[in-house]
Amino acid sequence: MQLVSLSPFDLFTASLLLFILAFFSVKMRLGLSGQIIIAGLRTTVQLLLIGLVLKALFAHVNPALLTLIAFLMLLAAGREIIARQKRKLAGWWGYGIGLLSVFISSFSITILALAVIINNKPWYEPQYSIPLLGMLMGNTINGIALGLDRLYQTTWEQKMVVEARLMLGQEWTKAIEDIRRESIRSGMIPIINSMAVAGIVSLPGMMTGQILAGSPPVEAVKYQILIMFMISGGTGLGTMAAVWIASRRLFDRRHRLRLDRLKNR
Amino acid sequence: MHIHLTQAMSSLKIKNFCFNGIGPLNILLEESECIGITGPSGAGKSLFLRAVADLDMHTGEIFCGDVESESISGPGWRKKVGLLPSESSWWFDCVGEHFDNIEFEFFTTLGFKKGVLKWQTNRLSSGERQRLSLLRLLSNRPEVLLLDEPTANLDSENRGLAEKIVTDYRIKNRASVLWVSHDIDQLKRMTSRCFIIDNGTFAQI
Repeated sequence: MQLVSLSPFDLFTASLLLFILAFFSVKMRLGLSGQIIIAGLRTTVQLLLIGLVLKALFAHVNPALLTLIAFLMLLAAGREIIARQKRKLAGWWGYGIGLLSVFISSFSITILALAVIINNKPWYEPQYSIPLLGMLMGNTINGIALGLDRLYQTTWEQKMVVEARLMLGQEWTKAIEDIRRESIRSGMIPIINSMAVAGIVSLPGMMTGQILAGSPPVEAVKYQILIMFMISGGTGLGTMAAVWIASRRLFDRRHRLRLDRLKNR
Repeated sequence: MHIHLTQAMSSLKIKNFCFNGIGPLNILLEESECIGITGPSGAGKSLFLRAVADLDMHTGEIFCGDVESESISGPGWRKKVGLLPSESSWWFDCVGEHFDNIEFEFFTTLGFKKGVLKWQTNRLSSGERQRLSLLRLLSNRPEVLLLDEPTANLDSENRGLAEKIVTDYRIKNRASVLWVSHDIDQLKRMTSRCFIIDNGTFAQI
């Protein structure tokens, strides 16, 4: 089987879809046309750049360069988590919580998968490590962003309930437990859905890519299963960590609800 | 749950207390004493109660008996110094899930029959919510009561019942009470002294 190479003209044809979307967005006053075009441009430029970076990286395996790229990806992930949230924690906390949660979940799981499961030599072989880390972080930031958005929004709306519980002498953990549970659930539902429908409704992207590139389908499927498990672990642990740290930050030492630490974007 | 009916209750002492730009205040409530607070809307009556319950930032010291608020945890303080907000909140489906200890005599004195614990909270009337939230607070056995317009939604019969249950609790447990109300006649009836908050000042009337 031979991979059909795409020409720039092929991609331009596909990009017409975005222009059609932008056109309807203007007509329907969704206010999204600018965002659609900018996101489309970002996808094109960012992916072309990472294509070049990967090409260079695969040519000479360099652990220092690999670490640098992994950390740049992490910093970008932290920024994207808060980029589209309605409310966020003021100061460094807003950025730091996302960053730390992505770091402890995605990095540790990727390293675990590379070193223990795939077991390449060297274990950080860039052809495996960068794509795996990227897929994991891309999904983890979705879970974290959804969980945090839900936490901040619900706490804001249910201020009276949370404070009524504090007034009865409940600890902050008890006063926010329902909201925390719902926030973690909402962060984890998308990945549980995609595991449930994989193969029936959807053919996941990575496996599709491998098959298009000519891999045997069963090999592609095995990698996809590995990825699904890693993503579930990363998203779940990352969301739990983020919601836990952020909900702690919504209260102070005296167990007062501190909504003044949230700001509108 | 075991209930200490003979538990020694204590006074409330407020020293050099500043909150939300008001103060410094010095107020001493004796055991079993009830004092009133009134003033126009937005003057800071509710904020005062919130600060005493340590839900808002404040400076100065508050003692419940010999215990200074900072010497125990926030939740520990709020168990001793119970605040009843003017609008009650219910977060579980059933009334009974909100109560840790249930003494049935409490419910009957405020006109509730057996079965109230199974009522759905989203079907309570505003008067029922107010009376049940008072019971919920009292079932915690606080040593000091901070009541924010506790009878605002009640008809005259239920208002009388609510006033009686607070008075009975106060005398039986030697609890101090801070009662916020717009109703001057009620304050005259229920309290031994009254303060007015207006324009950032606190004055005895």
